[in-house]
Amino acid sequence: MTEPLDELIEISSQIDAAVLFDSAGKVIASTLPEDRAARLASSARALFEEAGRAGEGDPTQVEAATVAGSLFVVSDGKNLIAASTSPEPTAGLVFYDLKSTLRAAAKPEPKPKAKPKPKPRAPAKKNAKP
Amino acid sequence: MRSRRLLALGLAVGSLLGIGLYARRGTSQERIDLYFADGSLVSLHGDSPQAAVLLAHAREALRAAGA
Repeated sequence: MTEPLDELIEISSQIDAAVLFDSAGKVIASTLPEDRAARLASSARALFEEAGRAGEGDPTQVEAATVAGSLFVVSDGKNLIAASTSPEPTAGLVFYDLKSTLRAAAKPEPKPKAKPKPKPRAPAKKNAKP
Repeated sequence: MRSRRLLALGLAVGSLLGIGLYARRGTSQERIDLYFADGSLVSLHGDSPQAAVLLAHAREALRAAGA
């Protein structure tokens, strides 16, 4: 699990599981074991693609509400994030948290500061004795 | 004796009716909301054929998530 998803699970009490993946369906980060994350990413990607065909144009976010719970999928054009919740969540809050996580994941990690090079020592003065 | 039978029959019919209504209520809760970049929203009711395909993917995803 990567840092953005750690934070997501921490701040959003409504989200049970989440997976971050690219447009090809490759899992980048997840709160689930590898095989379940891959299945969730694959189904969420299929849902998102099918949603594009069902509506007029490509959606940016989708909520699928079922009796068992809700599935949310959000895209930033490059990566997607999918999350599951229990039934009847507060959709606006879930979407806000997912979009924040996508933004955080898209930011490049800050480069570590280069350590300053130690100054060369001045040569020891020789005491010239007469 | 006859009134007891009628009462039992009434309870059975009422229970079946209640189960049917509850199940129908569950189905009607299902929906797909599509949000677009221009701020528009398209909501597909769970009974519509367009939503059926999308809901099948959603159920599979929720199973994987352990919901």
